[in-house]
Amino acid sequence: MSENLLSIVLFTPLAGLLVLLFLPRENTKLIRWWANLTAAAGFLASLPLLLRFDRAADGYQFVEKREWIPSLGVSYFIGIDGISLLLVMLTTAMGLIAIFYSWDVIRTREKEYYAMFLLQQTGMIGVFVSLDFLLFYVFWELVLVPMYFIIGVWGGPRKLYAAIKFFLYTLAGGVLMLLGILTLYFQYAAQYGRYTFEITELMKLNLPLGMQQWVFWAFFLGFAIKVPMFPFHTWLPDAHTEAPTAGSVILAAVLLKMGTYGFIRFSLPLLPRASADQTIVTVLIVLSLIGILYGALVSLMQQDWKKLVAYSSVSHLGFCTLGIFALNEAGIAGSVIQQLNHGISTGMLFLIVGVIYERRHTRMIAEYGGLAHVMPNYAIVFAFAMLSSAGLPLLNGFVGEFTILQGAFQASKWWAALAVPGVVFGAAYLLWLYQRTMLGEVTNEKNKGLPDLSWREWAVFVPLMIWALTIGVYPKPYFEILEKPVAQIVHRVHQTSTAVAQADGTAREAISR
Amino acid sequence: MSVSSIPSAQEIVRFAPEIALSLGGTFVMLGEAGLKNGSRARLAVMAFLTLLAAAVLAVFVAADPGTAFSNLLVVDGFSTFFRVLVCAAGMLVVLISTNYLRVEGHDSGEYYALILFSVAGQCLMAASNELIMLFIGLECSSIASYVLAGYLRDDRRNNEAALKYFLLGSFASAFFLYGVAWLWGALGTTNLSEVRRLLLDPSAGVDATMTAAAAALLLVGLAFKVSAAPFQMWAPDVYQGAPAPVAAFLSVGPKAAAFAMFLRILMTAFVPARGQWEPVLWTVALATMVIGNFAALHQTNVKRLLAYSSIAHAGYILVALTAMSDTGAAAAMFYLAAYTFMNIGAFAVVTYVAGRGERHVELMDFSGLSRRSPAMAAVLSIFLLSLTGVPLTAGFFGKFYIFKAALDADLVWLAVLGLLNSAVAAYYYLRIIVMMYMHEPSAGAGALPSPGVGIRWALAASVAGTFVLGVAPSLVLDFATASAPLLR
Repeated sequence: MSENLLSIVLFTPLAGLLVLLFLPRENTKLIRWWANLTAAAGFLASLPLLLRFDRAADGYQFVEKREWIPSLGVSYFIGIDGISLLLVMLTTAMGLIAIFYSWDVIRTREKEYYAMFLLQQTGMIGVFVSLDFLLFYVFWELVLVPMYFIIGVWGGPRKLYAAIKFFLYTLAGGVLMLLGILTLYFQYAAQYGRYTFEITELMKLNLPLGMQQWVFWAFFLGFAIKVPMFPFHTWLPDAHTEAPTAGSVILAAVLLKMGTYGFIRFSLPLLPRASADQTIVTVLIVLSLIGILYGALVSLMQQDWKKLVAYSSVSHLGFCTLGIFALNEAGIAGSVIQQLNHGISTGMLFLIVGVIYERRHTRMIAEYGGLAHVMPNYAIVFAFAMLSSAGLPLLNGFVGEFTILQGAFQASKWWAALAVPGVVFGAAYLLWLYQRTMLGEVTNEKNKGLPDLSWREWAVFVPLMIWALTIGVYPKPYFEILEKPVAQIVHRVHQTSTAVAQADGTAREAISR
Repeated sequence: MSVSSIPSAQEIVRFAPEIALSLGGTFVMLGEAGLKNGSRARLAVMAFLTLLAAAVLAVFVAADPGTAFSNLLVVDGFSTFFRVLVCAAGMLVVLISTNYLRVEGHDSGEYYALILFSVAGQCLMAASNELIMLFIGLECSSIASYVLAGYLRDDRRNNEAALKYFLLGSFASAFFLYGVAWLWGALGTTNLSEVRRLLLDPSAGVDATMTAAAAALLLVGLAFKVSAAPFQMWAPDVYQGAPAPVAAFLSVGPKAAAFAMFLRILMTAFVPARGQWEPVLWTVALATMVIGNFAALHQTNVKRLLAYSSIAHAGYILVALTAMSDTGAAAAMFYLAAYTFMNIGAFAVVTYVAGRGERHVELMDFSGLSRRSPAMAAVLSIFLLSLTGVPLTAGFFGKFYIFKAALDADLVWLAVLGLLNSAVAAYYYLRIIVMMYMHEPSAGAGALPSPGVGIRWALAASVAGTFVLGVAPSLVLDFATASAPLLR
């Protein structure tokens, strides 16, 4: 049992889905119960990963490997390190919260809805645990389908446009990434005489810089669209805004992390020379900085509450990619922690929007004002979520942003200096949003008499608040979990690129002599 | 070469699937005359069993591979693969036809007999090693198909489809035959292995111009039969006009057999002329993908949309052919197997939704299908996602192998453009899903009748095939990989 732990975590939602398909469509209560139970089981199954994880160990843990398509060298090869561990935990936890939140909210086609959520859970976990590149790609593309249906069927007024845009954008990025994967696959076969997609094997490849750059850009298109990095972000505001609340939560909390995770797990270790290449680093940093500032400024200007939160994701994810391409321990560890934080904080913010949307069915900020008088508990939770997202010390957002800025500063003072205004703007748009919606007098008659948080809504927020607080107060365990894998990646990038630089240097000396 | 006028028993056994199909077809026709109206259902069962028997025989005779009838036929892994495939396609089509024909009031044995004769021709195309034999198979398959396309003779759409198909198809056959004649004139042989030997032999004194002209004529005929650009125009009109189950049949059976023939001619005979074929195939493949996909974007008739989609899929398979390698041939074989399940499956749902007189074949008629018939909507979504190439369905590995083969053959740009094309295709497949799931049923669209037994089985088999090839592709791929080198 214990040797299959990761498979159990991966396939619990899928097993639940298969049972769900045979439940009678009319018995919505049973369907809801079953989906919640499955999600809870998925979360509980993932807890032993955390308990048994060995922080001091090198490499991957809970590794499982079986042949899948032997003739192509594709294997069912899964395992996790500290980075994947945190993201898997985020997925199982947020999945449970999103499914639990949907209980009262989703009242049409429950069976399909929960089926899609469970399928999505397996897809996302699969992305974070795959150590075979083709297996990863299979899960990566698989995730598109449920999210497409979730946006398109249960979404807002412009759901059709948003759903198709989401699907096509990410699919287009994905197919080009596939070309990059195949290039590595053939190069490996050329160098080692056998075919494999195992990333541990592909890391042994010794590729010329030019080819690494090509492959890097192919990966970049896949990952950058998913993150999304400026200028590939345009699908995100639509998808986030139109998705149902639980869909937005999963989209923001987990789905976007697939892109940043891709950079950390694949681009950096497999293409170390291209990743440390001056041009590539500059382009990526510049795009990250634009994302940070542009996302924040656009957020400032939003009239639509949910769209504001959506654009804030562009800004926050800009910090994550900035940290990654600082290419040092602080930057990457900070980036992973910030990915977790963004999942928690933005997840909360989307839930906040969802709670009020269920009551008033409008997302326009101008419709609100003075809600703190009507819904005091709601105002407290919102304040907490806002401060966590804005990076107040002692809350989670601070830890991530601070560490990223530290990493960026080590790499270049300019990068850090240019990113700091993003933090300021971030506080600005959130505080202004809070002021416009929560503070002052109740100006709109319709807002009087709105019920405060229900017990179910409390139950959704409390665990997230506790999680945010623990990260903020005591982030040490998270850094400890990340220490080994991050150090390995940084080491790999720097060692390979300096080794090559030295080799180039000696060659040049030899020539000049 | 030893030429004996009397075929040996072994040779006749190698021809067993075709014999079974021809005899079965004849008996179904006789049964039509002899049976009372009430027992016509038995004819469908008989046709189904004949196809099953032919498939089993094809597997059985593969145990003893070799040539037959003075090297006219060859039983190898490749021919076995396609014989089984076209028989399976035939079986699925018989299953989806029974209810349709009953509703349309045209339930008769001739239909099934024509399917059997057509499949017999396709089996022959798969197993021929000689151009005249290929032509006979092609005509046997085509002529039966022309009649099938116009099967509901009181229906104007059917008549138009049949006439178009017949005129253009005959033209293409003539081109092909003319190419065979030229090749005979240039090389003095129509045997594919001989052609290859002569092309490789510098002392043979092959007239390059004559051979190239012959190859071009053959290509025209083949391109028409697989609906490749610029000879794809017939497909949308014919698929739209023909009865839905026949459109399902045309989009798979004759196409798979034509690709078998294409592969055989290309890989057995013309590999030495690779340098000349590649640019032509490259252009044809790209044009076919682009025309199919971009034209499909604007269609409002689902049958027509699937017709353009099948053109696009022919384009993907042509990418594999352009590679002109063993992996390319194996990829094309795998793709055709995957395509058989997902495309017949999609057409089966269309047949069901279309209803009596095929009045509901517009995109609008699919709106809210997920409410009117959740199971049908779910199943069609699976087929459409597979046609898109989403993982864990057959379509994903189909595309994966093709583009892998293309990269392996250094066709990087063709692979890039092909992959982007497959992303474009997602749009029109999603449009149908959008209609089914994200729109409410149009007013007046009542509940759908319960699907017939045949359609249920066909859908179950197609869904199973789509998932099995998507999860455990090795089953088919290993066989295709092992039999592709036999073409040389």
